[in-house]
Amino acid sequence: MKIEISKMLQKKKKQIIDLWMKNQLADAGLREDLMSNDELRVQSEELVDALLKRLNEENLADIDSSDFDEIYEILGGISITRARQGFSPRETGVYIFSLKDALLEILQQEFKNDATQLYNATIKVGKLIDNFGIVTFETFIKGREEVILRQTDEITEISTPVIRVWDGILALPIIGTLDSARTQVVMENLLQEIVNTGSSIAILDISGVPAVDSLVAQHLIKTVSATRLMGAECIISGIRPEIAQTVVHLGIDLSNIVTKATLASALKYAFSILQLEVRKKQSNSVKI
Amino acid sequence: MEKIPILRMGQFLLVTIQVDLYDRLALNLEADLVQMVSKTGARGVLIDISAVSIVDSFMGRIIGNIANMSKIMDAETVVVGMQPAVAITLIELGLPLTGVHTALDVEKGMELLRNKILVDGPENDGDDDDNASDSAE
Repeated sequence: MKIEISKMLQKKKKQIIDLWMKNQLADAGLREDLMSNDELRVQSEELVDALLKRLNEENLADIDSSDFDEIYEILGGISITRARQGFSPRETGVYIFSLKDALLEILQQEFKNDATQLYNATIKVGKLIDNFGIVTFETFIKGREEVILRQTDEITEISTPVIRVWDGILALPIIGTLDSARTQVVMENLLQEIVNTGSSIAILDISGVPAVDSLVAQHLIKTVSATRLMGAECIISGIRPEIAQTVVHLGIDLSNIVTKATLASALKYAFSILQLEVRKKQSNSVKI
Repeated sequence: MEKIPILRMGQFLLVTIQVDLYDRLALNLEADLVQMVSKTGARGVLIDISAVSIVDSFMGRIIGNIANMSKIMDAETVVVGMQPAVAITLIELGLPLTGVHTALDVEKGMELLRNKILVDGPENDGDDDDNASDSAE
């Protein structure tokens, strides 16, 4: 007599959930710090519920069946929440694959005496759960990528501060690689700040720029020229030895631009242009 | 026909562009200005473009031309008050206006011109005192 796998599994729902929970709780990698057992059980029940409701003899062998769309949705939700909560990919993977163990155990109990049917059912269920695993990983990675993208956005937002170091002197420390989009932001911020403060000197500090290639140099020259057009002078500081080497090797001409090795020497130069002087205060005790 | 006034202030000529320049107006300005430099023997030209919000490559070239023409007539040109957007546009157009002096505002531009003249050495301009207030007709 041929037993319908899906019907049989539906009848054993309670047992499957219990077995799955047992498997999960027995796993050494269980993260009780990230998710309580009750939450885990609710999550698992929801998934098993949806799976068994949709499962029938036809779509058991057809993993692309549209019947599983809802399950993929649930899986995606679980996966993304787990990615955000900080579960490792392995932990999420183990979560899905321990369901396979539970299902196979049930199948084994049912088809104890019929090796052929057991084999067939095992293959089908195995394939199905494997596919679930793949979907889980895809969404897991997507969730992680979202996190990375958001962080990139945040970094660009905070990475171009224009600092007023003195009356009439602005400094702009650039950290990270300069690409076209960032140069645009840097340039706009700097020029606007020059207008707002009426500063006549801007110091562009590139000690936080990891590498200078011809494109980055081009962007720097553009920024300097634009500042000059506004009527302010632009000094580039923070030129590290490696940067000096690459710039000369690439044949980039920076001779029209004032460059200084450190922000301190750039500031000193700015003071001399503005005819300012920083002196040590004469202390009274010396005089007596 | 609209005209941009050219004001005389001692040794300098002062041009404030208050309207958006179109090509014809810019060409007229160029012609008038060199005429004025020659007529007054001005030592410096100050162009205030703080009200100009749109430039194209033609305008950029005209400004460059004016500067070069004045230079060979022994007058320094200072462009003051350029808007950030205008500066970025000119740079993106590949017109860094080398040879043109720039300053943030009219005050700083005047100071720059005075320093330039001082560096070059003060000269006794004979026609400094006759036509005291001259402007474009």
